[in-house]
Amino acid sequence: MDLTLKVWRQKDASSKGKFETYSISDVSKDSSFLEMLDVLNEQLIRENIEPIAFDHDCREGICGSCGLFINGRAHGPDYETTTCQLHMRKFKHGDTIVIEPWRAKAFPVIKDLMVDRSAFDKILQSGGFVSVNTGGVPDANAIPIPKEAADEAMDAATCIGCGACVATCKNASAMLFVSAKVSQLALLPQGKLEAQRRAKSMVAKMDELGFGNCSNTGACEVECPKGISIAHIARFNREFLKAKIND
Amino acid sequence: MSKLESKIPKGDLAKKWTNYKAEQKLVNPANKRKLDIIVVGTGLAGASAAASLGELGFNVKSFCYQDSPRRAHSIAAQGGINAAKNYPNDGDSVYRLFYDTIKGGDYRAREANVYRLAEVSSNIIDQCVAQGVPFAREYGGLLSNRSFGGAQVSRTFYARGQTGQQLLLGAYGALNRQIAAGSVNMYPRTEMIDLVLVEGKARGIVTRNLITGEIDTHFGHAVVLATGGYGNVFFLSTNAMGSNASAAWRAYKRGANFGNPCFVQIHPTCIPVHGEYQSKLTLMSESLRNDGRIWVPKLKEDVEKIRKGELKPGDISEENRDYYLERRYPAFGNLVPRDVASRAAKERCDAGYGVGSTGLAVYLDFKSAIERLGEDKIRERYGNLFQMYEKITDEDPYKTPMMIYPAIHYTMGGLWVDYELQTTIPGLFAIGEANFSDHGANRLGASALMQGLADGYFVLPYTIQNYLADEIHTPRMDINQKEFVQTKQEANEKLEKLLSIKGKQSVDSFHKRLGKIMWDYVGMSRNKEGLLFALEEIKKIKQEFWSDVRIPGDPGSVNVELEKANRVADFIELGELMALDALEREESCGGHFREEFQTPEGEALRNDQDFKFVSAWEFKEEDVHPILNKESLDYEFIEIKQRNYK
Repeated sequence: MDLTLKVWRQKDASSKGKFETYSISDVSKDSSFLEMLDVLNEQLIRENIEPIAFDHDCREGICGSCGLFINGRAHGPDYETTTCQLHMRKFKHGDTIVIEPWRAKAFPVIKDLMVDRSAFDKILQSGGFVSVNTGGVPDANAIPIPKEAADEAMDAATCIGCGACVATCKNASAMLFVSAKVSQLALLPQGKLEAQRRAKSMVAKMDELGFGNCSNTGACEVECPKGISIAHIARFNREFLKAKIND
Repeated sequence: MSKLESKIPKGDLAKKWTNYKAEQKLVNPANKRKLDIIVVGTGLAGASAAASLGELGFNVKSFCYQDSPRRAHSIAAQGGINAAKNYPNDGDSVYRLFYDTIKGGDYRAREANVYRLAEVSSNIIDQCVAQGVPFAREYGGLLSNRSFGGAQVSRTFYARGQTGQQLLLGAYGALNRQIAAGSVNMYPRTEMIDLVLVEGKARGIVTRNLITGEIDTHFGHAVVLATGGYGNVFFLSTNAMGSNASAAWRAYKRGANFGNPCFVQIHPTCIPVHGEYQSKLTLMSESLRNDGRIWVPKLKEDVEKIRKGELKPGDISEENRDYYLERRYPAFGNLVPRDVASRAAKERCDAGYGVGSTGLAVYLDFKSAIERLGEDKIRERYGNLFQMYEKITDEDPYKTPMMIYPAIHYTMGGLWVDYELQTTIPGLFAIGEANFSDHGANRLGASALMQGLADGYFVLPYTIQNYLADEIHTPRMDINQKEFVQTKQEANEKLEKLLSIKGKQSVDSFHKRLGKIMWDYVGMSRNKEGLLFALEEIKKIKQEFWSDVRIPGDPGSVNVELEKANRVADFIELGELMALDALEREESCGGHFREEFQTPEGEALRNDQDFKFVSAWEFKEEDVHPILNKESLDYEFIEIKQRNYK
C-alpha cells in the first residue's frame, strides 16, 4: 500500500518542532508499524536526510520503549496493543497517517518522537517496591496467597511503563501507572506492610513531577496496551485515604 | 598467552560453594563505603547485582542504554525460571537440576559452577516472592510449577507468559530502592564504549551519552559486565533491537578471553520470517510445548495443498500427521531440549515437509490440549502469547495451529570467567548471559533467568569481595590520569572515523548482509567449507563497511545511526570469531552442529577425546589470528554419556 505520513520532527528539547510530510510506497500489510518506519528511515538515509528518532527496543510489546501517538490515539487504531505490535493491516492504501510523540508536561520531547519518561522511574523510586534486602527471606511457600489475589496482583503487574495512559489523558495524569504498582503490592501480604506509606509518597512524587489529577474519564484504561483496569485506581484511592485518615 | 585458572574450590562437589564462602576474604562495612563498583547493564543479572551490592554498602554506578533500567531485554523472557524446590514432590533435587543442566549443555560446562547454580536456585524463588513477584499459584495459595524441555520433573516457576518481566520488575524495584537510598547512581541512555585498564586491572569505562553525545569516563575499583548476549550478530533474532555485544567485545580487545563464541542457541518455537523488511523475530515460549504438539503432514501431496492454501491444517487427519518429536524421542516427546527440537524441525523442512508459504514452518497445535483442558485454562496459561501471535500473524491460535520455526535466541558463549565470575582481566567480572559459564553447548529452558539472578543476587556479591578485599588501600582514581584520557581518546577516534567515511550504504544494510551469512553458514548446521566461505565473506563485509557506511547527522546529539554503526562494527568482528571457533571445534555438541560429525540417525556426535574443553580466545592485534587457549573440562562427579532423549 502507498501512504502519506505526517511526522513530528523536532531537533532537540529546546527547538520548536513541526510536521514534515513523507510519502512511502509498497508497504506490506504484514509489516509492523515500526518496520514501516524503518523502511521510511532507510529511504531518508538514501536521500541524506537525518532519519526519524523514535524509542523502541524489544518489538514484542513488553519492554514499553515504544509509544507513538498515531492519528490521535496512543499506540494507534487497535485495542490492547503497543506501537511495535500494531500492524499495517490496520491501515489501507492511500491513508494519511499523523504521527506524534507522547505529549505531556512531565514527558518533554528529546528529539522527534522520543520523549523523556524518567519521571516514571522517579515515582517508582519513591516507594514502588517491597523493602527487603537480598538474602534472609522466608521460604517462598511460607506465606500462602489466595489465587484470586495473586491473579489480580498479576493483572496490575503487567504494566509496561510505556506512558500511553499519561499521553491519552486530557489531564496528563499518571494515576493508572501509579495505581498499578500500588495495587499490585497492596494485594500481596509482602507489600501490605508498607502500603500506606507507599501510597502517600508516590502521590507526593507524582504531583511534584507535574502530572495532572485524575478526573475519572477512563481514557487511560481504553488505551492501555495491557488492558489494566481503572479498578486499580479505586484501590489506590482507598489506600491513600486510609493513609491520610491514619495521619 | 593467558593462563586460564578456573579457581574451582577443592573438596566434594556439594561442599565447594560452602567451603568457598567460609574461606573467602570479606570487606568490612567501613571499607565498603570507600569502594566503587561499576555495573554495566540492568537486566536480571545487572539489576540484581547492582541492588545487592548497593544494599551491602558499596558505591555502585549502574549503566544502561535504554531510557529506563526496567526495559533491559530480560523483560521479554516468557516461560519461567527453574529452581530445585521439589514442591510438586516429583523427585527433584539440587543434584538432579545440576545433572539435567550439565547433560542439557552436552557436557561442555564446568561441574562446580553448575552445581552452585542449582544450589542457589531455591533462594532465588524465595527472594522474588519476598519482593512481591506475583508467581502463578494454586487454589491452596501455594506456588504452581510447570515443566520445561530437557527435564522430567516440573521445576519451573512462572508468572503467566511474562516471567522475565515480573522478575525484572522485582529486581528493578530493589534497584530503585537503592537509587533512592543513594547507594546506586543510575545512568540511563548511556552506553559503554570502552574499558579502562590501569596497570593491567579493570579500573573504569568510557561511555557515550546517547542524548547529548558526550563521551565520559568513570572510575570503579571493579567493573562488572552484565551486558547480555550477542545473538544480534545474526541481525534477525529474538533479542531486542538494541541488544549488542560492544561492552564484551571491547573487553575482549583489551585482553579478556572470549569463551566458546560458536555456542549459540537456536530456539525451536519462533514466529517464522515473513518478509525482507522484517526487523526481528518473536519467540513463542517453550512453555507452549507443555500443551502444544508439534507436527508436519506425513504426505507430500498434503504439504503441497497446504502451501497453496487448498487445504487447512485442520483438514489433515490424525493418521496423516507426523508428530515427529513424539516419534523420534518418545521419552521426552515435545519436551526435548531446544537444540534437538530445532534440528528436528530443520530436518523435516529440509526434507520437504515444511508448511507455510515458504515451506519453512511447522505446526504447534493446541487442539488436543483445548479438548482436554478447555479454552479458558489454555487462555489462563498462555493468553498473552496467543494474543501476541494473533497480533503478528493475524491468525487465531485457539482455532488453527501456530506456525513456528527456529530462530536465534541466546548465546551460551561469552566472556570467559573463573569460578568467581572474574574474566582474565583482574577486576573485570562478567555475569548473566554475558559470560560463558553455566550452559555448556546448549541452555535448557527457564535456566537463563535462573543464572542471571543467581549471579547477581547470590554469587557475585560474595566473589567480588574476595577481589575487593585487596583493593581497600587503592584510592579513587582521578579520571584525568593518562589511562582514562587515552582510552577516551581512542574510543572517540573510532567514532570520528565512522562518521568520516560518509559512504553510500546504511548501517542496517551491512548488518543484514552479515546476518544472512551467519545464519546460512554459522547457524543451525555448519560445515568446514561453509565456515571458510563465511570467513571470506565477513572479511569483505568488514572492508566495505569501513569504506562505504553512511551515517547522517552529527555526533553531538541523538544519533541512532552512529550508535548502530558502532555496534555493527563489533558484530562483524565477533561474527568472524564465531566462525573461527566453529571451524576449530571439529565435533557436534549442543547448539553447535557440524554436518561432518553426526551419528547415522542424524544426532550430534561429540568428540570427548579431543574437544572436552572450553575454547577461550585471546585477542592479539587487529587482523591477526587470535590465540586459542583451552580450559580442560574435568568431570569428577558425573559420568559423561552420549545424550539420549529417546
